[in-house]
Amino acid sequence: METKYINISGLEQWFDAISASGKRIYAPVSARGQVDFMPVKHLNEVAKEYIQTTQSVKASVYPKAEVLFSYEKVHGKVNLTDFDPESVSETVLWKVHPCDAAGFKPLSAIFNWDTTDKLINAHLLKTTVVSYSCATADESCFCTSVNGSPGNVSGSDIQLTILSDGGAIAEILTAKGEALVALLPGVFEADRGDKKEKYLVDLPAKFSLEEVNAKLNKAFNSTVWKEQSERCIGCGACAFVCPTCACFDIQEDTHGSKGRRIRCWDACGFALFTMHTSGHNPREHQSQRWRQRILHKFSYMPERLSVVGCTGCGRCSRACPVDMNILEHITSIAEQ
Amino acid sequence: MSEKNIYLPYLMTIDKVTKEAPGVKTYRLKFQDEAEAAAFDFKAGQFGEYSAFGEGESTFCIASSPTRKGYIECTFRDTGRVTSGLASLEEGSTMGFRGPYGNVFPMDEWKGKSLVFIAGGIALPPMRCVIWNALDLRENFKDITIVYGAKSVNDLVYKSELKEWTDRPDVKMVTTVDPGGETADWKGEIGFVPAIVEKVAPSSENTIAIVCGPPIMIKYTFPVLEKLGFKDDQIYTTLENRMKCGVGKCGRCNVGKLYICKDGPVFSREELNLIPAEEY
Repeated sequence: METKYINISGLEQWFDAISASGKRIYAPVSARGQVDFMPVKHLNEVAKEYIQTTQSVKASVYPKAEVLFSYEKVHGKVNLTDFDPESVSETVLWKVHPCDAAGFKPLSAIFNWDTTDKLINAHLLKTTVVSYSCATADESCFCTSVNGSPGNVSGSDIQLTILSDGGAIAEILTAKGEALVALLPGVFEADRGDKKEKYLVDLPAKFSLEEVNAKLNKAFNSTVWKEQSERCIGCGACAFVCPTCACFDIQEDTHGSKGRRIRCWDACGFALFTMHTSGHNPREHQSQRWRQRILHKFSYMPERLSVVGCTGCGRCSRACPVDMNILEHITSIAEQ
Repeated sequence: MSEKNIYLPYLMTIDKVTKEAPGVKTYRLKFQDEAEAAAFDFKAGQFGEYSAFGEGESTFCIASSPTRKGYIECTFRDTGRVTSGLASLEEGSTMGFRGPYGNVFPMDEWKGKSLVFIAGGIALPPMRCVIWNALDLRENFKDITIVYGAKSVNDLVYKSELKEWTDRPDVKMVTTVDPGGETADWKGEIGFVPAIVEKVAPSSENTIAIVCGPPIMIKYTFPVLEKLGFKDDQIYTTLENRMKCGVGKCGRCNVGKLYICKDGPVFSREELNLIPAEEY
């Protein structure tokens, strides 16, 4: 790892060099009243004043719908065309927050814990993450409660900390990061000794992960699930904006003799998620589904995959149409 | 070698179609690729994702025994989009298969023991794989008892095999139908599976009970077995939660800390006690 300084015009030149290299750049863009990751060509298109993008950056490595393979039926036979990793473009994710970058580890753990997942690995391999440490936060943010921090570098190839002069501390963390710097190395100057901590938002932890985990181990039959989820409408918004939610459905898209098998985002909050063909549903009530969501993230994943299924980004609380607040709910479980 | 796409199915030819009961069919499938056929192996208890191209994938056990080489069989009821797509295929058609997935019945550990198979309705197929596996290695086991029940005589699957098992002197076969499901010439039992198990009262000594059926049947059969002296590590079942990927990623069959598709589908009752009963 190496730390450098880059000034404001250097940043713009470097961005242009990345753009000119043919890599796709996805960055937060303000459009239609919200900020979300979109393809950009120039640094001035990147959104400035906002706390969090509405959607996480997850879709860049795990698209909402992705073709697993396609097929064609010819004279009673079937020809398969495999997913081609070469079809994935080299991509730079720019201005990713540390809570989004931290989501790549649990995502990869879910998809690769046993057999490996060719699709997400093709995306991860060709993705370079340039994160921005956080100088601001809002009441929904709680990364410091789930092993993260406003300057956490997990999942980042380069992390930039924007200084008061508009320049940045550049922490070059991986070989991919070095390769990105190598596109225009001249704009990177020696580290000036700026203190990164000075530029990070102060965000005290709201709960202890260990305490929550211990409480959850005994909470399966608690009344808390029903109390907390009584207003849940099962819309799945929390799962769709989440940087680590990965549950999926497999669907078929057919036109005549040709078709594609497609992996689509799904959510454990939907009633149909576990419904058997017989009509029997092991998670019949919304409270059971809410319990599954919390236990999966804070109990099952830590035990099975050694990762927490939450990075504290707070999106689920911001997106919830009935104001369910994960931070409040987790805190109340910890305090029980 | 490039990374394997775990979602890409094997292409299979439907070699033989057997009509089992109203809406229920058994397909014998053969691999179209010889190298894939040669490399394929599975054990009793494993399952797969079967696909009708154009409709999607559905999860069933492998219903044939691993002792019968060169093909696999699946038995399914025409109930949803995929199964009706599969049901409309004919002999010679192509379908997809991914697998084998999941864990296995510990048949090696059961050597020298008696086996009691208890199955209800469309849950005989996962049991049939184990039954034939045991019968093909008959000398490895002591007494073999099969209790199988369905709603009506018409709903019983594998009718010719039921007869074969009934006729075998080395198998105790008990067939039952729900009250009202009998025909005029029905010679089997009449009553629900748990009650018939109680009546047959197999000894629990040095015996393994393998139970498979709808959740309600399992719920009422366990206490009967308990009464007969079966300990939790003598009782096995196979679960079929809803699944999509079959390989522990899609999240659908996650129950408690377990994935039915990876840690199961085979569980001893001892292992089942570790996961919340309301979720399977």
